[in-house]
Amino acid sequence: MNAIEAHSTYKVFAKHPTRAVARLREGASREELRKEGITAAVIDASFNVKEGEIFVVMGLSGSGKSTLIRMVNGLWEPSAGELLVYGEDIVKMNTQQLRQTRREKVSMVFQHFALLPHRTVGANAAYGLDIQGIPKDEQVKRAKEALGLVGLKGWEDSLPGQLSGGMRQRVGLARALAAGTDIMLMDEAFSALDPLIKREMQDQLVELQNKLGKTILFITHDLNEAMRLGDRIAMMRDGKIVQIGTAEQILNDPANDFVAQFVLDVDRTRVLTAKAISTPPVALIGSEQGPRSVHKLMREHQTSRLFVVDRNQKLVGAVDEEAVVAAVEAGHDTLDGILDTSVVSVRQDVHLTDLLGVSADTPKALAVVDDEGRVVGVLARVTLLQALAQRGSKPTAASDQTPAAADADSLLVKGGAR
Amino acid sequence: MSLSALTVVPQIPIGDAIEDFFDWLTDNLDGLFDVVSDVIGGAVDGLIAALEAPPALLMALVFALLGLLFKGWKFALGSFVGFVLVISMQQWSAAMQTLALVLVASVIAILIAIPLGIWAARKRGASAVIRPIMDLMQTMPAFVWLVPVVTLFSIGVVPGVIATIIFALPPGVRLTELGIRGVDPEIVEAANAFGATPRQTLFGVQLPLALPTIMAGVNQVIMLALSMAVISGLVGAEGLGGQVTSAIATLDVGLGFEAGLSVVILAIYLDRVTAAIGQGDARTGLARFLPGKKKDTVEEEVVADEAADQPSAEPLSPEELDSTARIHS
Repeated sequence: MNAIEAHSTYKVFAKHPTRAVARLREGASREELRKEGITAAVIDASFNVKEGEIFVVMGLSGSGKSTLIRMVNGLWEPSAGELLVYGEDIVKMNTQQLRQTRREKVSMVFQHFALLPHRTVGANAAYGLDIQGIPKDEQVKRAKEALGLVGLKGWEDSLPGQLSGGMRQRVGLARALAAGTDIMLMDEAFSALDPLIKREMQDQLVELQNKLGKTILFITHDLNEAMRLGDRIAMMRDGKIVQIGTAEQILNDPANDFVAQFVLDVDRTRVLTAKAISTPPVALIGSEQGPRSVHKLMREHQTSRLFVVDRNQKLVGAVDEEAVVAAVEAGHDTLDGILDTSVVSVRQDVHLTDLLGVSADTPKALAVVDDEGRVVGVLARVTLLQALAQRGSKPTAASDQTPAAADADSLLVKGGAR
Repeated sequence: MSLSALTVVPQIPIGDAIEDFFDWLTDNLDGLFDVVSDVIGGAVDGLIAALEAPPALLMALVFALLGLLFKGWKFALGSFVGFVLVISMQQWSAAMQTLALVLVASVIAILIAIPLGIWAARKRGASAVIRPIMDLMQTMPAFVWLVPVVTLFSIGVVPGVIATIIFALPPGVRLTELGIRGVDPEIVEAANAFGATPRQTLFGVQLPLALPTIMAGVNQVIMLALSMAVISGLVGAEGLGGQVTSAIATLDVGLGFEAGLSVVILAIYLDRVTAAIGQGDARTGLARFLPGKKKDTVEEEVVADEAADQPSAEPLSPEELDSTARIHS
């Protein structure tokens, strides 16, 4: 189920919003309307946020992203279109229903924290519960839990003014968590923090989201942040959503020049993963196989090195052509003795930035493995360098799969299969 | 030229209209004014009686102790000396009468001003109406208010209180409006985002955060009330104003200065005490030792700053710090 759905939502600030929306639908530009004093903040925005995902809306200031997020909890009423929160249209709600939705379903974290300076950290974290009239002792208990989750245990009695920026935003986060809503809106939540703290908060958010499974709609103007956090990203420009996709989709396949321009500045090494740039193995060898058949395979695929896997397709090691040839000449029946077990394997979700050091340490190709340790790809140094060099264009390794590589599975040879 | 101008522009009888209006008020709402008069007169008389009941020196000591509570021992000592001076100038009784008038007028003015200010802050239309009325009340020469007030309430302390309320009200309204409008919009938005009702937002967020500004308004109300209370001596209100008026009438320079000096002492005392209360935490006064008040938090702050930025992560090495900083910059 989708937690949030927007269907062709508009928000214009004008005396006659309906008229302005009609003109936008007829093709009037944002600039035209601006000359008449009408601000078209959000134009024809459609997207959906799946339950339990981090959906990032990325855009520069004035792109309408802040207005967009504020429509989700009804702080701004959409001028046209539908905006569904768990299937219920925000637009059709009366004040009472809207308030109920804000209390029970959607909480929010603000750019400048928006804490109450006269209330303690504990009372700030409990604010949403206080508003709902929940008994005091339960407020204290839930606020404490939430503060514990964000790493602020023991700070309950301090005042916000005594905390650093990063800690204040943790309180903001705790306030949203304590409210117990399934959806959290985060409006440039980390933009006011300095880079080190920002990164720490991003990691913590991802960790919390894994633990609690909240649906998060995150607004940012920082594409690196968007790529780091977002399961999916919506790129906004001039009030319109220009592309929605995963970080890799946006990086490798930008919808237009605007997105491409943006992507240029992205640190690709932090977005692309080992899986995305690796080549699927041309063939894998079962550990019980003999040197002869291995030699045949190597000639077929014109490769000098192959990975060896066990029955469960887990990586055991690799063999080199020279050793195989020597073993064949010596008349050996097994790969014992020629197996190179020093193969370095990396998990498929490791980012490029963390691969560089590993690759520097070993001249040979890396094995890319999945969570169960099964080999899913091969990563040669050359591939890595190519991925780094191709700024803004498609890395060939990920997309141009050769037929042989595409059905690598069929080439998988297991011991005893023949 | 001047003659023709006089004949061309017709005379608009504003004065007549206002006179008619006040005549109508006296004719039709006399009963109401009597009630108001009784309530205010009773309040002022009661307060005067209370202030004058203990011996003057004891009261001076009480005021000094209040000063100690809210401000500090230096101020307490200074105000005690000041009040003793008032006693020695034979102005104590008059000063207490003026103080009673100021307090009653200020309390009523504040009770009217703060709700008006809240209303003006929340409704643009209300603000547009209230603003010019406040301008009128504040800029009209103070003496002008005395005339209609006397026609409605005759002479004595009550018209003095009414005129004082009118004159002292505007800063209370203005600063309340200003304070509420000045609350960080993001915090108000946060209250809304968590589902607060307008009432919850007002009492939980807007009023507490606007309090310093509102208290500045209260301070201004009291100071203006004191200045007007002296002028209201002209309509027969007793107290320091009455002393000044009779000093003018008899050209008694000495009495004039004695009464004037007493006003100054009272004014400084009221200003400093209300300002100290307005700052909320009364840092220098004894009030900080009262239960429920927050203690100084300097030590805790230092700890907070040290632990602040990395409460959960292990410390990074210089190289790591360097590399992460570079990546993000």
